[in-house]
Amino acid sequence: MSVFKNFTNGLLKENPTFVLVLGTCPTLAVTTAAINGIGMGAATTFVLVCSNVIIAALKNLIPDKVRIAAFIVVIATFVTIVDLVMKAFTPDLYKTLGIFIPLIVVNCIILGRAEAFAQKNNVFPALLDGLGMGIGFTLAITLMGSIREILGNGSVFDIRLVSQEARTILIFILPPGAFITYGYLIAIMNSIKRKYSI
Amino acid sequence: MELIKIVILALIVNNVVLAQFLGICPFLGVSNKVGTSVGMGAAVIFVMTLANLVTYLIQNFILVPLHIEFMQTITFIFIIAFLVQVVEIILKKSAPSLYQALGIYLPLITTNCAVLGIAILAVQKNYNLISSVVYAASIAAGFTLALILMAGIREQLELNGYPKGMKGFPLSLITAGLLSLAFMGFAGLVK
Repeated sequence: MSVFKNFTNGLLKENPTFVLVLGTCPTLAVTTAAINGIGMGAATTFVLVCSNVIIAALKNLIPDKVRIAAFIVVIATFVTIVDLVMKAFTPDLYKTLGIFIPLIVVNCIILGRAEAFAQKNNVFPALLDGLGMGIGFTLAITLMGSIREILGNGSVFDIRLVSQEARTILIFILPPGAFITYGYLIAIMNSIKRKYSI
Repeated sequence: MELIKIVILALIVNNVVLAQFLGICPFLGVSNKVGTSVGMGAAVIFVMTLANLVTYLIQNFILVPLHIEFMQTITFIFIIAFLVQVVEIILKKSAPSLYQALGIYLPLITTNCAVLGIAILAVQKNYNLISSVVYAASIAAGFTLALILMAGIREQLELNGYPKGMKGFPLSLITAGLLSLAFMGFAGLVK
């Protein structure tokens, strides 16, 4: 039961995007379309799960004083793997996400989970925690990507919802739309949490 | 001429925070007061310029000749972490008053994704050494500009009423959205 909790924790109660407000840069930057949210989420989840597992496995070998540097090496290694794999197999997505793939290294969610969870727990809970947090992040940025794509482009996952000629609210796929959508989503989450006291 | 174009583009047209979404964490985190945002801005200008100088040299004299460009992410993040540490030690010894002023903002810069992001972007844009350093300095100045503007607005907002659910991040994000909207007006300033 408690193991299962490690997994569900990241989905809603400690959702990294809406509750902890970590990893804001990719959240704002890549959510111009729903599909980008899935791509970025999958890449981040992979890095998060792998680095959580490795760090939990090596927790007794890493000296306390240099742990941050050691964590960064582990994370940067997996980011490099993701970077090369995406460059080879999904070149279009790689181009859209651009600079934000190498920047997964400095995504605070990953270092945050390594520091707060993985280095204190065993491999299996760390795996579930990484998976839960990763999926929570993916769901959140896909939701945000969908909202921005529907309002700004009149489509979702490239499926058109309104006719080609219809006017859309272009501002939502431009930078200001990112800030405003994110702001309102956090506000809605806060209100829901207060009402049902989750 | 080319350099002036880089400065204007980096400073206002493609503002690092409001148009490129780099360095959002410190932008939201330390924009409570104008005073602290000036300190943070100064530290970022210093480290970012230095980081771009060093990463340019590493990229062109070590990574490219050895054909290990795939090591870029790991190398750059280490250089930045190392630089921040070195700058901290040197400032502590040689300019204690400046060190006091920058305070905790210095170590925080390692996790500022704008520093790593701009170092990688400068490489992707194929800038030469001078352009790269000028680019970094103007990006960092743009960061400082956005941070100070935001802090000024937030100081005023504190005095006004707003819905309870908007407290904290939502209010800051929507303010940033409006600021970003204002900066969009600069698009097309440089062709």
